[in-house]
Amino acid sequence: MTATIETEPGTPRARSSGTGRTSWWQRHPQRIGLGSLILSGVLLIAVGTGLLDGPLAIAALFVVLVAIVALIMVAVMGGLETRRALAPYGLLNPGMLWLALFYLAPLFTLLRNSLSTLPSRFAIDAKFDWNFGNYADAFTDFQDQFIRAFLYAGIATVLTIAIGYPLAYVIAFRGGKYRNFLIGLVIIPFFTSYLIRTIAWQSMLADQGAVTSFLRTIHVTGFLDTIGIMDGDKLLNTPAAVIGGLTYNFLPFMILPIYVSLEKIDVHLVEAAKDLYSTSVSAFRKIVFPLSLPGVFAGTLLTFIPASGDFVNQLYLGNPNTTMIGNSIQDQFLVQNNVPLASAMSFVLMAIITVFVLIYSRFFGTDDLV
Amino acid sequence: MSEPSSRRGTVARWGLNGFAAVALFYLFMPILWIVIYSFNKPVGKFNFIWQEFTLDNWGDPFKDEALTDALWESLKIAGISTLIATVLGTMIAIALARYKFAGVGLLAFMLVLPLTTPEIVIGSSLATLFLGQDVDRGFRTVIIAHVMFQVSFVALTVRARARGFDFGLEQAAQDLGASPMRTFWKITFPLLLPGILAAALLAFALSIDDFIITLFNAGSVSTFPLYINASFKVSFSPQVNVLATTILIFSVALLGAGMLWGVYRDKRTKAI
Repeated sequence: MTATIETEPGTPRARSSGTGRTSWWQRHPQRIGLGSLILSGVLLIAVGTGLLDGPLAIAALFVVLVAIVALIMVAVMGGLETRRALAPYGLLNPGMLWLALFYLAPLFTLLRNSLSTLPSRFAIDAKFDWNFGNYADAFTDFQDQFIRAFLYAGIATVLTIAIGYPLAYVIAFRGGKYRNFLIGLVIIPFFTSYLIRTIAWQSMLADQGAVTSFLRTIHVTGFLDTIGIMDGDKLLNTPAAVIGGLTYNFLPFMILPIYVSLEKIDVHLVEAAKDLYSTSVSAFRKIVFPLSLPGVFAGTLLTFIPASGDFVNQLYLGNPNTTMIGNSIQDQFLVQNNVPLASAMSFVLMAIITVFVLIYSRFFGTDDLV
Repeated sequence: MSEPSSRRGTVARWGLNGFAAVALFYLFMPILWIVIYSFNKPVGKFNFIWQEFTLDNWGDPFKDEALTDALWESLKIAGISTLIATVLGTMIAIALARYKFAGVGLLAFMLVLPLTTPEIVIGSSLATLFLGQDVDRGFRTVIIAHVMFQVSFVALTVRARARGFDFGLEQAAQDLGASPMRTFWKITFPLLLPGILAAALLAFALSIDDFIITLFNAGSVSTFPLYINASFKVSFSPQVNVLATTILIFSVALLGAGMLWGVYRDKRTKAI
């Protein structure tokens, strides 16, 4: 990274104005930048979550404004060096504050709601009273949905690796000059709506649909029924259909990161291994596969996480006995209006996924994702 | 890559290629269904069983008025949110790629977090924020939600592009007397433009496609996916297929144009 411009204070590039009589804010512009950003973020979160309301909220918003103006003032009054040190914070400010207010703050309101109680069955405003009962309900009443969500998402993730890895491999190593074209082909299907694609699968998997008819024609329905993929001669409204839908819809999220990591591999490494009498298989096992693991790691996260919270596939391809936790959250939140229970379930889902990600990155972790 | 020459190797090689071809076909199966059924003349309100070939649906793509309105709403939302997210995300990307500064790890982590949060958690949590503040959910809240998840995608896409960018060029321009503003618009921006456009296209597609987060924050607003879902119990018109195919054709044309432009630029740069 020779291109990165040093902005640490004290670098030889110190040709700032008036080096002799600088005040503290000129010597530590980075502290001002980061401080202003964090202060604004925290205050916005406090206002957004309703921790501060009324006059306090207005005061907080005023402080945010002052922090931003101060940042600009220091940049204008300071020399070139100060400006350079503050520039990144200025660039980050609007986007990061957006995320603070509309990503972080909602997580706090979600937590707060999950510990609230609805005064009556039909009430809308829940009251915050440290009600852990929602979590007990989430675990006892929706245990099956949690298990199914992670089971289906897990199987779908394994299937996306099984389908996506060979495809990415062939494109990366045998695509030649058509590589970009082929990877474009992988992306194109995903420019049509997710929902319509799932409806398309519903139609194809229906009893008279293309896929089911084809399976009947080649006489494999009996076999597929025996191994539990089909239910009699039906394919739609089975767990297999839901898992198939999840696999299909998240496949590009597996293919693309694997492709990116395979593409980076220097082909000469494989040639060198073969010159040293390594077989194709062991060259793959010892060189290509380990080097592609960061892609598999990123792909697993990008597939497993959205799949475990998904409810669209089960809605269109499953039956009432295949509901996943996403269905339950959606139903409790938007249909039953039981926001506290839905919030508790959302929070548990996120907590389990976070634990999973932490354990998983401990074993396979790379910093390629960030 | 040198391939083994034995017969078993050849079989394995073509087996793998065949598998890849089947996988590619699998990716296109629903697309084929959508395109083929846009030429169907359904009996009743559901376009699910093949009857006969017709061009009527393509002759009257906006027949389903509520569907057309929903698509228009989606395009408006996608346009506005993509514009905001592209500006915010590009600023973040430049900051991360160009400068070394305190807190960079924390801020980069903050950027990845929304991508590792299931949509249903993002959607429901944002809805609790709006509920708590008594904000009516509608057009504006959908835009807020879309910008939120687009920013991370844009920032990471542009940053990937900016990583290979030689910021020494900026220094050179300034040494030759260009003002910082002029340097940005004449040097930095044009060189980052392909990455920015790719990111904007991605963000636009994500917005039009989004169902789960939008469902929680739309109130009475109906977007393209929301309308299809809501009306699915009573109708599924062939116009859905026609409009979906049109969106697909547009996206592919944009993608193709982008690729050709990239090839052209590379050739020109090499010529110089």
